[in-house]
Amino acid sequence: MSKKLLGWKEIPFAGIIPNTPTSLEYKTGTWRAFKPVHNKEKCIKCLLCWIHCPEPAIIRHDDDSIEIDYDYCKGCGICSNVCPVKAIVMVPEGE
Amino acid sequence: MFVQLKLLLWFRRESEMGKIIGLNGDEAVAYAVKQTNVDVIAAYPITPQTIIVERLSEYVHNGELEAAFVPVESEHSALSATVGAALTGARVFTATASQGLALMYEILWIASSLRLPIVMALGNRAFSAPINIHCSHDDAMAARDAGWIEFFSENVQEAYDLTLIAFKSAESCLLPAIVNLDAFILTHSLEGVEVLDDNDVKRFLPDKRPIYPYPIDVEKPTTYGPLALYDYYIEMKRQQAEAVKEAYGKIVNIMREYSEVSGRKYSPVKAYFMDDAEVAIVVLGSAAGTIRTVVRDLRSKGEKVGVLSLTLYRPFPEKELMNAVKNVKVLAVMDRAYSYGAPGAPLFSDIAATLYNVEEKPMLFNVVYGLGGRDLTADHVKFVFNIAKEYLRKGIVEKKEIWIGVRK
Repeated sequence: MSKKLLGWKEIPFAGIIPNTPTSLEYKTGTWRAFKPVHNKEKCIKCLLCWIHCPEPAIIRHDDDSIEIDYDYCKGCGICSNVCPVKAIVMVPEGE
Repeated sequence: MFVQLKLLLWFRRESEMGKIIGLNGDEAVAYAVKQTNVDVIAAYPITPQTIIVERLSEYVHNGELEAAFVPVESEHSALSATVGAALTGARVFTATASQGLALMYEILWIASSLRLPIVMALGNRAFSAPINIHCSHDDAMAARDAGWIEFFSENVQEAYDLTLIAFKSAESCLLPAIVNLDAFILTHSLEGVEVLDDNDVKRFLPDKRPIYPYPIDVEKPTTYGPLALYDYYIEMKRQQAEAVKEAYGKIVNIMREYSEVSGRKYSPVKAYFMDDAEVAIVVLGSAAGTIRTVVRDLRSKGEKVGVLSLTLYRPFPEKELMNAVKNVKVLAVMDRAYSYGAPGAPLFSDIAATLYNVEEKPMLFNVVYGLGGRDLTADHVKFVFNIAKEYLRKGIVEKKEIWIGVRK
């Protein structure tokens, strides 16, 4: 979000946004206090994390392996909580 | 000879100016709405606006009006449904009064911020408690900061005319508009109303769609009313403020255009005997007629009195008002509403703010009258003029706020 902010004469009429989706431009990953770390060795590809992620910030690959999208992950910890084999652990951001 | 002339005039009026029919204020509004070929009506009946909703539902049921009539379960839903309908580009209408307006309050701001050309008739009724169904301007004043255009009608004819003017104003300025008509005094009073021919209405208010320039389109998703925090909110409000200011000139032109179509003169401010008036009253709504009668009476006795009434209340006609009162020495501002703990009732505050930076300005005092339907009599008006004359003589406003027609 380092774009130049527009003035009141430049913004669209009534603030409507004709080019959707613009939410992708908003990187909610910056909100995160705890970061999920995925252990590929432990993962059994059950996809419970992928189903439960509210963002969705769990990217599912063709072979059902997963990856965490840190651009949008807010660090809620649900994935870690539902993982039956503790393949996702939450660590403080910045460590 | 005289009868023949009258007949001739009658035929001319029949053919050129439309016809005269007996309507009360609510019916006059409904008749005008029917003539606009409105697409969607979403409204919840509430006294004293009920007849508007009843007539419109009859028009739709009888096939006289091809519109979607949405019988919602509350006023909050009524305005929400009109917001949705207006976003599709439709011509939309709703009506309410008092508590109903209070229930729609949050949506009032959303409708104006999205710049939706919704027209609403407001049968001005006092807020509870105590519960009352008669006239105060509480509801109109509750809406005054919400970004809507507001018109005040003085009589049933004006309620009809201003409804048509409101549609054109709302659609030209892309702002919602309220037509105020005093509870019972206008909503339920029968008058001979000169209505326009349907074709004249069509010429004045073309049947083009979509009205909203960015209508909802499932093929082209658009976000309306997005989240905007400290980074964009104030820019959006600044843009909206400018739109309401700019609306003023457009509305003046629309009123002029309507005057040509109808033969009835409309402008934001009505001045009566103001040119050389030393003391004057300024007022909103139906009371203007009563005051005008008293002014005529006092003028015949040589008193320099006058009255101003505002047909357009938002955007506020500042320049016209300054101009109209520039020779006045004492101005009584009559409010049919109150603002508890404020330095003045709503109209008084508006006028004081308008005149503060003007060098030559009248002394001002505030008169609170008519709350909850209490009658305003000619004697009350004479009493106000007498106070104004006393202040003129003494050169000072002794009491800034006076309540009239109230028992001690």
